[in-house]
This record gives sequence, C-alpha cells and structure tokens, in this order.
Amino acid sequence: MTTLVFVEASEGKIKKTSLEAISYAHAMGGSVVAIALGTVDKAELESIGKYGATKVLHAADAKLDHPVIQVYSSVLIQAMQQENADNLILANSSLGTPVAAKVAVKTGAAFASNVVELPNTASGFVVKRSIYTGKAFSFVEMKTAKKVIAIRKNAAEMKETGGSAAITAFTPTLNDADFNTKILSTEKATGEISLPEANIVVSGGRGLKGPEHWGILEELAKTLHAATGCSKPVSDMGWRPHHEHVGQTGVKVAPQLYIAIGISGAIQHLAGVNSSKCIVVINKDADAPFFKAADYGIIGDAFEVVPKLTAAIQAAK
Amino acid sequence: MKILVCISHVPDTTSKINFIDNNTRFDTTGVQFIIGPYDDYALARAIELKETSGATVTVLNVGTADTEPTIRKALAIGADDAIRVNADPTDSYFVASQIAEHAKGFDLVLMGRESIDFNGGVVHAMVGEMLGIPAISPVMKLDIEGTTVKMTKEIEGGKEMVEASLPLVAGCQEPIAEWKIPNMRGIMSARTKPLKVVEPKAVDKLIVAQKFELPAPKGAVKMISPDNVAELVTRLKTEAKVL
Repeated sequence: MTTLVFVEASEGKIKKTSLEAISYAHAMGGSVVAIALGTVDKAELESIGKYGATKVLHAADAKLDHPVIQVYSSVLIQAMQQENADNLILANSSLGTPVAAKVAVKTGAAFASNVVELPNTASGFVVKRSIYTGKAFSFVEMKTAKKVIAIRKNAAEMKETGGSAAITAFTPTLNDADFNTKILSTEKATGEISLPEANIVVSGGRGLKGPEHWGILEELAKTLHAATGCSKPVSDMGWRPHHEHVGQTGVKVAPQLYIAIGISGAIQHLAGVNSSKCIVVINKDADAPFFKAADYGIIGDAFEVVPKLTAAIQAAK
Repeated sequence: MKILVCISHVPDTTSKINFIDNNTRFDTTGVQFIIGPYDDYALARAIELKETSGATVTVLNVGTADTEPTIRKALAIGADDAIRVNADPTDSYFVASQIAEHAKGFDLVLMGRESIDFNGGVVHAMVGEMLGIPAISPVMKLDIEGTTVKMTKEIEGGKEMVEASLPLVAGCQEPIAEWKIPNMRGIMSARTKPLKVVEPKAVDKLIVAQKFELPAPKGAVKMISPDNVAELVTRLKTEAKVL
C-alpha cells in the first residue's frame, strides 16, 4: 500500500497539521510519499522524512506558490498516478479539505473529512469522524479501493521515526484552464501562532471590557507560547480580528489546553472548543455556563487572576 | 442572474444529540430543526443580490418530506421557488451529486461552508468539480460586477481576496450578510410559492455510516481558589499533563 500525503507550507515552513498527517499515514502502514508544492525551505523538506515519509516530491514551480484549489487537486492526482498511490491523506484545513474533495470526485475515491482516529481494518476500512460540531462521532466504512482522508488538527500524534526521505523534483503538467481563480491579495497576521494549529489557546470575551485590556491576555499567551482567540461578540464589536473568533461560526479549535477568560460560554462558543483536551475557565460570574464544560475553573476577576497566572507559569518554568 | 441556494435541514445548535436503534440512527425526539446556520448566510446574501440586481433565487434541499417546513422558511425569507430532492442526505458525495444534477443553468450556486450535522465541509468543492466550475470557500464577502465575482475568503490566520468568473460555487460564512428573519407577508406568500419534489439520481454509495458514538462524559469541574493560581499550574502539569 502506498499513501500520498499532501504537505501544506506557509511562508516556506511546513505546517504542523501536515506533519500530523504524515505520522498518521506512517501509522497506517505501507510506504508514505509526501508532496509539497511551491516554494518550501530545503531544511523543512528534509524534516518530513523524520515523521515516516520515505520520499518527498517537491513541485517547486513558483506558479504553485498561490494555492489555487483546482490546480493543487490536479497536481495531486498526477502525483497519485505517478506513485500508484492507494490513498491520499492531508490535513482538514481550509486548503486541504476542498482540494481533497476535488481529488476524490476526479478519482472516484471515497472521502472522509474530520477524521480523528486511525482506520479500523478488521472488516472493511472504517474511520471515525467528528460530527455534530464535536458533540458526536460517526464510524464510516469507506468502500472504494482508493481513499481520501482529511485528518482533524491535533487528532494524530506527531511521532518521529528516526527515518529520512529522499527529496525528488516533481514536474506536473499545469493546465492554464485550471487557474480559474485569481488570488488578488493575502492578508495574514505575521509572527503570531496559528490559532487552528496551536497546542494552547488563550481566548478572551466581553469580560475583558475592551480591546485596550487585551495586553494581560497576550502576556499570558506569550508565556504559554499560545495562540490568542476570542468570543463572537468580541469579534463582532471589532475588538479583535474575525480570524480569532473561536466558535461554531468561527474557527473550531482542538488544542491540548484552552483557557477561556471572561467568556460566559454560549453554546455556539462551546461548539468551537469542545474538542479541546483540557479547558480552563476564568470568570467572575460563578453561574457562567462555561464552568459546566470546564476541567478547571477559577471564579475571580480576570484583571487580578490573569497576571497572577502568568507569573505562576513563569515561576514554574 | 439565476442563483441556487442549497440549504441543509439540521438540528438547532442547542439540541441534545442522542442516537437510537443500537446507536445507528439519530434520535429526533424533541429536536427542533433549522436552516443550517452557514446556509442561512448564503441565503441572506442571495436575497440581497435579488434585491439589488433582480436575480432570481431558487432554494434546493436534499431531504425527506420532514424538511419542508425548513424549505418554506427559506421561501418566506425571500427565495422565489424551491426544489426538494426526495432522499435522506447520508453522505457528502451523494448530496453533491444531487445538487450538481439540478445546478446546471444557474449562474451562482451558494451554500454554507459546511452543514452543522455531518460537518463534511466538502459539498461545495465536490459540486464545483462535478460542474467543472470554480468553487470557493469559506467566503466572507462576495460582490458581482458583470460576470466577475470578487470574494474575500478566510484562511488560517488571515484572509485572501479572490476573483473568479461566473458561473461558480461559493461556500459561505459570516459576515457575508446579516441573517434575515421572515416577516408575516413573507410567511403568507411562502405558502403558495412553487416547491418541486424530484426523485434522486442513482449514485453509488462510496461511504456508509455504520454507527454513531457520543464522547465520554466529562468529569465535574475542579474549582481552584483565585488566591492560589499556582495550584492550577501544578494541576495542569501533573494531573492534566497539558503544560
């Protein structure tokens, strides 16, 4: 069995979710071939082998620096054909999932997104998917020979195997007609930890009373090497950018640790965080519904508790 | 311009999720169903385009007769007519195949970025592939100038400004438009708007749901004194092992 893994990169660096996908593919068994598109740092390409890929295809054409979904899906299909791959595995992301969907339709492969566990192959090929916004799971049998699987972030453990991979240039045929969407510009927060990929997320709500008070939250996030998030009202009021909005209609996160500060815990917010391994809630309202979903809670004024928490973490380092 | 808005019929966000028949079927007891929240954004933008450019808006749902109140709500919000593909929407590929069957001839196909039940987030891309037209998602802003569509889509940690030509498929999310609430006039007129029921196209089953499972119940919250936050740090390190 050969599995192709699509490796996403941003500003030349491989995304953690893609290394998780490589680890997942390695744990499935068989041989693992990774493919990276566009400009990617050489050291980053070399690091892929540590997680279980034995070969890395690199399509370095600068035309592939812009992630046009139609083009990416076409390139992945060509790589699957060249490697005679049985499966395509990638991260469940705003890029990975639509690319995977197109590959699945074009190749007639079954496709499962939001997958959270390794497949059970005892009878058939069954994967576990997260559904109802994290409130349940579904076990689905994938009935085709070729399979496409998108892994939910933080669902597969990144494991170093001690191996290495040969890096091979890959030159796909690029069809001009596939460049059917034009990326005019991109705005990205630089120097920040990516919210969907973060191991720790520190989020603030209306309890912080205004954007001018975000410093205490950012200080805590910096100490924890965490990403910052916010509740929907905070994003709606323009205190924080929309891409930080955590919740059902915003970003859904699944970190190891989620710290909610001054967020009451509306059901729509909980839907975006309920896959977190551990939830800490800090709120001065003892009746805040979020405490019911939390592992640890502190009833107290955020402006007093958060700086103390930052100091305690620094002291414990 | 002809706009097709694909809506899902999903349990309200606050619904308690349970399964019956040995965990093989969703328990609808006491569950209120709504238009998928992301689909509601798509519908709202379509109605705005209808108001400003004279577009027509058709709503499509893949679902059994139980979904008709949800479809009527979409008509009450302002859609002109509706199609119901008479089938249980069991997987993304099946639903996308049904939509693609009826989407030919539409200039713009709008839907939510995902449904909040099965959370596949792939139907828009599949429909685009099946129709051979661009599919963009998740779209936060969409404006049309002639046959050119300018969109802002969310990406991890930011946003991307994208341009494509009609026809296209867009998977929508906030803040593309404000949700619309049907008024009495809309509710009355929705009763007489055309709702066509069609039988599904035969499609191979590529994936089959075998059973469902609920997450393990969560333990009670452990409260920590605000005067002793060091205890929280210790517990996160030694008990939860997340630091």
